[in-house]
Amino acid sequence: MNLAFSSDAERRLQELLGRYPNRQAAVIPALHLAVREFGYLSPEAMDLVARRLEVPQSLVLGTATFYTMLHKRPVGRYHIQVCMNVACYLKGSDNLANQLKDRLGIGFGEVTPDGMFSLEGVQCLAACGMAPVIQVNKDYHEDMTPAKVDALLDQLRSAPGGEK
Amino acid sequence: MTMFPTTSQTSPTRGYLLRCGNDEFIDLKRHRELGGHAALRKALAMTPDAVREQVKAANLRGRGGAGFPAGTKWGFLPKDNPKPRYLVINADEGEPGTFKDRYFLDHDPHALLEGVIITAWAIGAHQAYIYVRGEFFRPIERLESAIKELYDAGVIGKTVMGKPFDLDIVVHQGAGAYICGEESALLESIEGKPGRPRMKPPFPAVVGLFGCPTIINNVETMAGVRLILEHGADAFLAMGLPKDGGPKVFGLSGHVKRPGLYEGPMGLSLKKLIFEYGGGTIDDKPIKGVIPGGSSTAVLLPDQLDITMDFEGVKAAGSSLGTASVMVFTEGTCPVAVLLRIARFYAHESCGQCTPCRDGTGWLERIVESIEFGHGRPGDCDLLISAANQIMGNTICALGDAAAIPVISFVQQFRQDFEDHIRLGACPYGNKPEGH
Ligand SMILES: Cc1cc2nc3c(=O)[nH]c(=O)nc-3n(C[C@H](O)[C@H](O)[C@H](O)COP(=O)(O)O)c2cc1C
Ligand code: SF4
Ligand code: FES
Repeated sequence: MNLAFSSDAERRLQELLGRYPNRQAAVIPALHLAVREFGYLSPEAMDLVARRLEVPQSLVLGTATFYTMLHKRPVGRYHIQVCMNVACYLKGSDNLANQLKDRLGIGFGEVTPDGMFSLEGVQCLAACGMAPVIQVNKDYHEDMTPAKVDALLDQLRSAPGGEK
Repeated sequence: MTMFPTTSQTSPTRGYLLRCGNDEFIDLKRHRELGGHAALRKALAMTPDAVREQVKAANLRGRGGAGFPAGTKWGFLPKDNPKPRYLVINADEGEPGTFKDRYFLDHDPHALLEGVIITAWAIGAHQAYIYVRGEFFRPIERLESAIKELYDAGVIGKTVMGKPFDLDIVVHQGAGAYICGEESALLESIEGKPGRPRMKPPFPAVVGLFGCPTIINNVETMAGVRLILEHGADAFLAMGLPKDGGPKVFGLSGHVKRPGLYEGPMGLSLKKLIFEYGGGTIDDKPIKGVIPGGSSTAVLLPDQLDITMDFEGVKAAGSSLGTASVMVFTEGTCPVAVLLRIARFYAHESCGQCTPCRDGTGWLERIVESIEFGHGRPGDCDLLISAANQIMGNTICALGDAAAIPVISFVQQFRQDFEDHIRLGACPYGNKPEGH
């Protein structure tokens, strides 16, 4: 299959290329763009980035696999990341993680069968003063409690669509 | 709840670095109302040499963790290299416990950007990259909106405030790899590659981004540069210590009543930070340990807290100021569980290119994990210390040491807890071990 970027993404790609003295420096921004377009980096998506940037496929693959935010597998419409590091641990993140696993019926690294939610335990999100912290797609949710987690899940379930 | 209480006038320097509250955003208009760009105007009226001299005189030590004097670093740029020079700002903020740089991006980007423009002028860079941690979506949007304001107002671009000096500022979004906070890994990452630290020398000031001379500084360091130009080197020194100038942002988290960011002078008393600013511990429980500067710094015991928060002050207690991100835990917390979080982190984030770090961090994680899960064996404490010592000093970058230091310090400071854990085959505090 020959994947292509939307015209919007193409425009964005040209803009990105203008920011660096060579095309290779646009690899990570272009991979971010591909994740936004296609949801995750399939081999076809990585191939597309390599072609558009005129850099070796091996380089794109090597870079893509190094970074955790460049998903190589599909994630849920709502990708929930629970911080498991020290400050959040001290404020009860283990309980929140268990609660999320129970309510969603999945473990870390898994996606619900309906594709709505995926769950991951992550490292410090740089919001330790507001621990415990959960990130859902782009948004941080701070000072979380079991009640707030319940409310958040209910809200996400009933929200139409949801931005990636 | 506010992240940085702005009502309490507890600190003599409050308001220089932390200029607004959690729900505020300082745009260009507000920045100018607060006297913004006065520092930039002063700098542009001076020669770049004179600006560098002033920053040097202010003894501004880098706020990214290592505390290297900014003025001295800028002096390492070769004088006769015809290649372009780059300025790179480290906004990767990954050291666990640290959450200060996000404040500038998310609430006060112009304080950072003014420092960036001044620094670019001082070192002769026409291109600045700000490398921002990938997860910071909203902070990136806000930073980009502030950069756009500067272009629209003619502050940067083809000229800088009308001066024939062109400057572009570009935001580069990271993609989730702690190691990219290490300066040479960060450069690799901007170049489109996996973030694997480079061998040094050559140092980035000589061979940096795209093979060109490059200065890398932390976000808060840039905010400091602005203050030096605005108030003068002497005034900046007076806001801190003679050898370690300026005000500082301190992070406070863990078992305290009022966690958050606090501004104070370099040399602020740690006890004052915890008990006055932070309101003391939750339920006034006794403190069990304090990690003073991010997860890679040695843990302190309650009888070691009479120290000042500056680079020399924390060093005197056998630890480091690091990012001045204080994590407090109280009695009843099991140090084995805390160390497990730290050991997991460094094992996960090792880039894998040197054997002592790649294998060693995995070993440390597995030994701490086996103790936590009740399978510890007599001799494991010594094993941990010797494994950590084999990493120390034997690696390409400082992540190796960062992984070893907390292990050594936790085992030394809380040896009895570790031994009890091993002997009982369970947590002496009754914690249920948690899988990951
Ligand atoms: C493993 C590792 C991670 C680091 N992470 C960061 C970081 O997230 N932010 C930062 O400013 N410096 C970080 N540093 C320090 C940088 O390498 C560098 O010293 C710093 O950005 C220089 O800026 P400064 O002189 O203004 O402090 C890290 C260092 C190491 C070894
Ligand atoms: S010390 Fe660790 S993180 Fe640093 S270069 Fe070596 S393997 Fe990579
Ligand atoms: S430890 Fe969770 S945000 Fe830092």
